Amino acid sequence: MSENTHHIVPYRTYGLILLLLVTLTGISVAVTQIELSRWATLAALLLACTKSAFVLAVFMHLKFDQRIYKFMVVFIILVMIALIVLTFFDYGFRR
Amino acid sequence: MTDAIAHHDEHRDDEGSKLGIWLFIFTELLFFGGLFITYAVYRHGNKEAFHLAGQELDVTIGTINTVILLISSMTIAMSTTAIQKKDKRATLVLIWITLLLALAFLVNKYFEWSAKIDHGIWPGSPLLEELGRGDTLFFGLYYFMTGLHALHIIIGMVLITVILARVRNNRITHDNFQLLENGGLYWHLVDLIWIFLFPLFYLIA
Repeated sequence: MSENTHHIVPYRTYGLILLLLVTLTGISVAVTQIELSRWATLAALLLACTKSAFVLAVFMHLKFDQRIYKFMVVFIILVMIALIVLTFFDYGFRR
Repeated sequence: MTDAIAHHDEHRDDEGSKLGIWLFIFTELLFFGGLFITYAVYRHGNKEAFHLAGQELDVTIGTINTVILLISSMTIAMSTTAIQKKDKRATLVLIWITLLLALAFLVNKYFEWSAKIDHGIWPGSPLLEELGRGDTLFFGLYYFMTGLHALHIIIGMVLITVILARVRNNRITHDNFQLLENGGLYWHLVDLIWIFLFPLFYLIA
């Protein structure tokens, strides 16, 4: 019971994703060095989320795998968001 | 007929194996997620100190390590392509590159931590006590989270070494490479965690 119906991802795809990830890293370094205070934080976090999405989709094969993995990852991300929001409902409204 | 029965049919469940590593990855994400929330809460309460303390960290070395990890993630991903193309040599080379990059990451980390310790900054150091609560929290979290991440790198290197040996002696092949793929998934997790550690500690100070 082990027929591998794997999708073979071309080297090129991985290379392009790396290029994209390094570019996004460069942008996040640049954005945070030009003191835009509050916006820099938001931008850096959004860029980190974007990078993660590419790692998950391509490097970790979510894009090519069965849908169950996608559902599980989305579920875990929602759990994390719920944890963060609930924690800040507490800390944000103290005093 | 007896031949068919005598033939030992190895039981394998690649999909189950992959599901297992994903479940493990979820526990890791929640584990580090908890630490990120801790960071966020303390940062919220010590904005000024976190801002100043973060400037102590070397953005250049952090960026280099980020790029190193991203490249290593690509090489281990490429190795699963190579093995499926029955190219054992390329698979081995790509795994070797991944291992060397992991080592390079740790060497950088060693120099980075050494520099901090030379400046009198380590958990519980007299200097930190003098600097106050915010700095103590920032560097406590810095050492704990990057240290835990480095531990994951070391575990990953052990795992990848095992995989390397198995590719070499043909126990991992083009039609039996789930362990290689699982090792890759773990390695990408280590990369994912760093993708968030890097901006939080080095950039948005």
